[in-house]
Order: sequence, then C-alpha cells, then structure tokens
Amino acid sequence: MTFQIPDFTPVIPEMFVLGMACAILVIDLFVPQSRRDITYGLVQFTLLGAAVLTLALAAPETRLTFNGTFIADRLSDLLKVAVYVITAAVFLYSRPYLKDRDIYRGEYYVLGLFGVLGMMVMISAYSFLTLYLGLELLSLCLYAMVAFNRDSSRASEAAMKYFILGSIASGMLLYGMSILYGITGSLDIIEVSDYLITAGGGLNVPLIFALTFVVVALAFKLGAVPFHMWVPDVYHGAPTSVTLFIATAPKLAGLAIVLRLLVDGLGPLHGDWQGMLMILAVLSLAVGNVVAIAQTNIKRMFAYSTISHVGFILLGLLAGTPEGYGAALFYVIAYAVVSAGGFGMIILLSRRGFEAENLDDFRGLNERSPWFAFIMLLIMFSLAGVPPTVGFYAKLAVLQAVVQVDMVWLAVYAVIFAIIGAFYYLRVVKLMYFDKPEDETPLPRATGMNVVLSINGLLVIALGIFPGVLMSLTTGVVTW
Amino acid sequence: MNFEAFLFYFFAAIVVGAAVAMITVRNPVHAALFLVLTFFTSAALWIMLEAEFLGIVLVLVYVGAVMVLFLFVVMMLDINLTRMREGFMRFLPVGILVAVAMATVMSLVVVRHFRVDAPERAAADYSNTEALGRILYTEYVYPFEIAAVILLVAIIAAIALTLRRRPGTKAIDPAKQVRVSREGRVRMVDMKSEGKS
Repeated sequence: MTFQIPDFTPVIPEMFVLGMACAILVIDLFVPQSRRDITYGLVQFTLLGAAVLTLALAAPETRLTFNGTFIADRLSDLLKVAVYVITAAVFLYSRPYLKDRDIYRGEYYVLGLFGVLGMMVMISAYSFLTLYLGLELLSLCLYAMVAFNRDSSRASEAAMKYFILGSIASGMLLYGMSILYGITGSLDIIEVSDYLITAGGGLNVPLIFALTFVVVALAFKLGAVPFHMWVPDVYHGAPTSVTLFIATAPKLAGLAIVLRLLVDGLGPLHGDWQGMLMILAVLSLAVGNVVAIAQTNIKRMFAYSTISHVGFILLGLLAGTPEGYGAALFYVIAYAVVSAGGFGMIILLSRRGFEAENLDDFRGLNERSPWFAFIMLLIMFSLAGVPPTVGFYAKLAVLQAVVQVDMVWLAVYAVIFAIIGAFYYLRVVKLMYFDKPEDETPLPRATGMNVVLSINGLLVIALGIFPGVLMSLTTGVVTW
Repeated sequence: MNFEAFLFYFFAAIVVGAAVAMITVRNPVHAALFLVLTFFTSAALWIMLEAEFLGIVLVLVYVGAVMVLFLFVVMMLDINLTRMREGFMRFLPVGILVAVAMATVMSLVVVRHFRVDAPERAAADYSNTEALGRILYTEYVYPFEIAAVILLVAIIAAIALTLRRRPGTKAIDPAKQVRVSREGRVRMVDMKSEGKS
C-alpha cells in the first residue's frame, strides 16, 4: 500500500483554531485576573481569523482529503461561518454574565473554542469515525462548561444528567455505526452510500436495525421527543451563558451530522428513516408546544420551545427533497440567531446575585427599556412565527417542502401546534407591555453587548423582510 | 469440537459469568474485581481473534490502570448502598419489561440475519501491532489527531473543574505559617494607664 501525503489546504481553518486554542491556553496562565480581557480578545480574534480563512479557502467544488475522512464543500463553508459568527456573539454576551458571577476564567473560553473545533470537525466529517470524534469533542466541552460554576449544585446536577444521557446517546451511535460497518465493510460515508445503492431496495432487516440505533442517537443529541428528557434540566441548570451556547451553535453542527449521516450516507434508506423522523417530529411538536405553556421559568420554556423547533427541522428533513433540506438548513440558522437573541435578553436583565429567569422578571420591561422590550418582542414574534420576522419564513419554507411531497396532514398538524405554541410566546409580550414592572432597577447601558444584541434583534426582522439572501445560500449549498 | 473452539467457549463462559456476577454481587470491591476478570478474559478472546495488540492494551490500560484507580476510589469513598437501592424494587417491573422486550427484538434480528463466515487465518509472520501502527499514522491520522485533542480537552476540563479552593475548608498552609513575623501578629498600642477614679 502506498501512502500519499494528504492535502492540508482544506483543513487550515481547523489547524488554525486548534493552534490558537492551545496557544491561548498557555498565554492565559500568564495573564493576571484583572487583564483577562486579553484572553477574551484572543478568542474573538481566533474566531475572526477562522472565518477569514474559511472564506478565503472556500471553493465551489467539493474536496475530500485525509483518505476521504474530511470533506470541504459549500455546505461546510456556510455552516462553519455561521458557527463562528454565532459563537462570537455568544462569547460576547457571556462576558458580563461570567464577570458578575466570578467565573470569568480563561478555561471557559478555551473550552468554548475547543467546542467550536468539535463543531467544525462534525460539519466536515465524511467518515463515521471523524463524525463520532467531532461529536465527542463538542460534547465533552459542553459537559465541562455546564458544570463550570462549581458552587452551584443545580449546575452540577445538570452536568451529570447531560453527561450520562449524552454517553448513552454516544453508545447508541457507536452501536449503530459498528453494525453498519459490519454490513457494509466501510466507515466512509461515500462507500456506505455506494454499498446501499448497489444492494438495491427490498427489506433489509440488519440495515434497519443499525439505522434505528443511529436515528435514536441523533434524536438524543438533537433533543427530539421521546429522547428529550435532558433538554429542560440542562437548559435550566446550566449557567445562562452556557445554555446560550448549547442552544445555538451546536444545533448547526447537529443538523450537519444528520445531513451527512442520514442523507449522504443512508440516503438510499430514505423510505425507512422517513417514518422514524415522522414519529419524532409529530411527538416533538406536540410535547414541546403543550408543555412549554405550563412553564414559569423562561429557561425551561425556551427548552421546550427548542424541542418544538426541532420538530419543525425534522419536518424539513423527512420531506427528503432538496427544498426540504434547504428549508431545514434555513430553519436551523434562523433558529440559532433568534435563540442567541432570546438568551442574550435573559443575560441582559440579569445582574450580580440576580437571575432574570422567571417570566415575571420580564413584567413591564417596556417601562424600563422600550428599546429592549421591542427587541424581545421581535424575538418572541419570530419564535412564534409571526410575519414579517425570520421565524415566519423558516416555518413557511419547511411547510412548503412538506406539502410538496403530499403530506398535507403533517403540515396542518404542525400549523395547529405552532398556533398553540404562539400562546406562550405572546404571553411574554403581554407581560412586557401590559403589566407593571416588579423590579425597577435600570438596565445596564452603553456596553458592546447592548449594541450587538440590538443588531441581533434587528437581524431577526431584516432576515424576515429579505429572506431571499439567506434562502438562496441555504438552497444553493444543498447538492442532493 | 477442536481445542480452539473449546478455548473460546471456556473464555466466553467466564466473560459472561463474571459480567453477571459483577452486577449482582453486593460488595463494590468484589464487583470491581469481577470486572477485572471480565476484561482479562475478553482480552484472551481478542488474542484468539489475532488482535494481540488490542488484547494487551486492554489488560495494560483497563486492568492495569483504570480498574486499579477505580478500586482506590471504591475503597476511599463511603458509598451508602441502602440509599442507592431505594426505588430499585419500584422500577424493577418496568425495567424487566423493557429489557426483555429489547433483548427479544435484538436477538431475533441478530440470530436470524448476522451470519458471517470466519475470516482467513493470517500468516505466521503477520504482526497485528505493526499493521495497526502503519494504518493509524497514515490513513487514520486525522481521526487520530482528533482523539488526541479530545484527551487534551479531558485534561483541561478535569483541571478546570477540580483545581480550586473550596470555600470553608480548614486546610492550613505550613509555609505561610512559618513565614509569619512578629509584625504580622502583634500590634503594640500606646495607652495611658488608667488609675482608679
């Protein structure tokens, strides 16, 4: 066997992020606590540099390297840049929160950066092995970040639950992958797909056996019902800055592995996994929207809202058409942007010794700060899917894709539950505008966070008025 | 039944028996030792499959390092077993139901559909270790490096989560005590003497 030195060019962004993360880890040791902003600045610089490198190396054609374990295509370029941008906003929002709670430490950002590396590996994975390793790298960083506030017993409990259920999901994924390897004789997604195409149709019980494990593991990681038990506890227990991180960028990477695994690799089995995703989507939409109504804690409410949005993303995927995949991609990016804004608002209202995590803390926000009440209104409208926000177009695109494949009942069902869900989003708007504030403390002003949060809120409506920009990008990168 | 098949069934029986014993014995130390036995006999099975390197690594890493550490932890921690058994009986019926259902379905699939012919024996001069090394640093170098990063993250996470001063500990720093000077402890105050009024 001759071995050729792989082409390193497509991997340069990953190498840059890894190198910088290691460098920051060492530099941080020599930075006194009062100058911790240096670490923070370097982390943001890394994300910027990675974005520049990714864009500079972006090419229209698909490139495989490292013996086909790594793929760089337009889908990976788009998702990676989205991950950098959203993570940069997340880190910016986290800063005041961490400072107020005395956990403003270098390791937090280094772990976050390694998490970004894990997401990049997942997005570019083209072999079961790299896909799994990227997922583990991301998950390990997230477990540690959830437990980062060691003095909070609730955070430790959440980290423990997340760790155990995450490990079970990883085990399921490995089990499914190993059976697939046993059947097809390869770990490369492209070879698995080739095998399935040549094997042809017909009922193949071992393949469906393996597929079940893979789908269950992915449902665990995405938080789809009935594998959603960890989502509310982790969202609630983790420090808000970590919840913000978990609820945004990893969803993009999660969708990427679903696309690579189910669509690229197991695409010929579409008829089999369509039914599984349908059950997950139907249950997620119902449980997410109905249980969210009963929540008084806004972090838990957002957790159930995430579950219902995962249901919508699954709708786009199960359609199995390029339009459906493009719509799911649009939905997940829109959701990450909106969700970053939502958790950013919670951080904005919190301060030292006070967590604005109950719905009542949003009472009368309009009197305290009309501008941020408006931003929150945009975010809530977008989550509920009210035009002209981006959430409306995301839902519309997904529903169109579902209707195109003649599953009108599913679209009607999704709309009914979206309307039920609108209740708890609009309740927040009602609390902000029609109730008296319980807490008159003025909001902090004139920090970078306020500016970025405003931009984030305006982006929600800008993408809603001009959805074509993002829509052309997301449908353009889908090549199936 | 030739000698090889006999060896296989011998080791396989020990693996299953030790695994069952591991989850059923009451004493956690015994459970850990049964797990060691399971690992050891699994390693023997792997060696029979011509995967000598993996077998040796299993013994070195899992038996030699992980389980010894685990035994230390089990012996040092005061685990309250009665509290851990709470609710065991309550969840037992549901647990058994789920386990039986899953085992039936899985065994139906596995027994009926997975039939693979035994692979050919490797030549006598074939080295499993060399083959692994060859492939690990060439074809699988990218996954290998990611695995290294995962280990690095594990170290960072472990240190970040445990290296800290707990509030309220009464630990004392001897160096600090030795370095104490008179000025740090005694303050001379000038006071007028007060007579009886």
